[in-house]
Amino acid sequence: MSTSNTVSDRAQEIVDEFSLFSDWMNRYQYLIEMGDDIPLLPEDMKSEEYYVHGCQSDVWIRVEYDEDEQVLHFQGDSNAKITKGLAALIIRVVDEQPPEAVAEASFDFLDDIGLHEHLSSQRNNGLEAMIDQMKKRAQAFRN
Amino acid sequence: MPATTQPTSDTTSFDVEAFRAQFPALQQEVYEDTPLVYLDNAATSQKPDAVIERAERYYRRENSNVHRGVHRLSQDATEAYESARKSVARFINAPAPEQVIYTKGTTEGLNLVANTFGQQRVGAGDEILLTEMEHHSNIVPWQMLAEQVGAEIRVLPVTDRGVLQMDRLAEYLTEDTALVAVTHVSNTLGTINPVKDLIDAAHAVDVPVVVDGAQSAPHLPVDVQALDADFFVFSGHKMFGPTGIGILYGKREHLEAMPPYQGGGDMIDRVSFDETTYDAPPHKFEAGTPHIEGAIGLGAAAEFIMDLDWSAVQAHEDDVLAYATEQVRAIDGIRLIGTAPEKTSVLSFVFEDIHPYDAGTFLDRLGIAVRTGHHCTQPLLKRYGLPGTIRASFAAYNTRADANRLAEGLHRTREMLG
Repeated sequence: MSTSNTVSDRAQEIVDEFSLFSDWMNRYQYLIEMGDDIPLLPEDMKSEEYYVHGCQSDVWIRVEYDEDEQVLHFQGDSNAKITKGLAALIIRVVDEQPPEAVAEASFDFLDDIGLHEHLSSQRNNGLEAMIDQMKKRAQAFRN
Repeated sequence: MPATTQPTSDTTSFDVEAFRAQFPALQQEVYEDTPLVYLDNAATSQKPDAVIERAERYYRRENSNVHRGVHRLSQDATEAYESARKSVARFINAPAPEQVIYTKGTTEGLNLVANTFGQQRVGAGDEILLTEMEHHSNIVPWQMLAEQVGAEIRVLPVTDRGVLQMDRLAEYLTEDTALVAVTHVSNTLGTINPVKDLIDAAHAVDVPVVVDGAQSAPHLPVDVQALDADFFVFSGHKMFGPTGIGILYGKREHLEAMPPYQGGGDMIDRVSFDETTYDAPPHKFEAGTPHIEGAIGLGAAAEFIMDLDWSAVQAHEDDVLAYATEQVRAIDGIRLIGTAPEKTSVLSFVFEDIHPYDAGTFLDRLGIAVRTGHHCTQPLLKRYGLPGTIRASFAAYNTRADANRLAEGLHRTREMLG
């Protein structure tokens, strides 16, 4: 997946990728395709423990701490394609990062991918809930 | 029916283009490049100039507290506020304006009845009869009441097409039934319920009926006396009026016997620390400074509707709904939810393989405003085994052209997400 290492490097990488598309339909298409690359949470783990509340669709995000590498691993899924793409996008930024980097990660780059004007108006897309849950879990693994 | 990009619903005397031109919010583009198609009217309707200008005039010229001052402005404000009540009384054919109580909306109206009349009439072991298609607003207040007094909630089921199972009413309307609360029109399915039949059946066994008219007031002529409803509640904002204002109509004998809902100014006769006596209805139920410009705006909305040739408007609305239904039904992979013979204004559907949220998000970017999700009717969606639907809901200003935009948008949605 990502070759660069910091949260902001990866965020910039995503912004650059989205900037290649001139119209919103292609940006959506790309977002949906990103969902296909999500580190998929296995069906039998789709439990209340990993469920993200506050979305119109079903979303699960699992965070696991790798003690050897001292980084977090993420898995996720959603039954809505746009939501799944969003989950994949934020996971790509925070996956294999140390807990403190995830807890303090900025997601302001979402303003710059040419979808935010639209996505931010959607209270139900669960973006905020997903980010919130990821950060809380990361916080718990800190220190 | 062949698809066409021109509105062709000029089979009635209702001039929809002239009507539509009175709604400024409909004349805009969204995302800077896309003309808006507003199909979320079951959530809230847009407002005509007549209502916007009336509310503005209140703030520019009449702003003052009602029922208090002897001064000119207060008299003007009070006159406008009470005159609006008379307009609403005419709108629903209430016997007297005193039976028209201003509320915040349908939800508050239902809570008011549950907390006053409900407390008087429903006791331990009694049953409250609801239907499977109720909005959460017409479920939760009754559940709270039932929990407080030890009553039980019974639920009249719906058929697969979304019709109340009236043939099973005898199973549900029992000697223990103390109250019935039913929606006139389903906000999720568009079904028009036979509330008159339900009311007659309930009255035959002396059971009062509360009607949720949130979705009917904007689309059907409402006559509370012909219905013989004990209570009829609705919201201003779904019928071209302001938000934050609604109406509770009640039979006079009920309103007089009910205790107040909230205490405060404007609802009292005399106050002392030993004893307080209450004003008569409607003021008994209107504690505190009310939503004055909301009430005045609602009065303007009621007058606005009453000025229309309503049978022509209904013919137009029926035409657009039927046309939209055919256009949407023809799209591969779409299944309609709610195909009752008696329907108004709501078209709910699902794609077999596209989540409603994805479809709604994509449609939004195409300028088409629909609602997706459970529409505050989770028990109904559960009955159909669905997480949600896509709901297009129409108002008198919508046209066949809007229906065409919706159908085109759904075709593109299927290509993109299917």
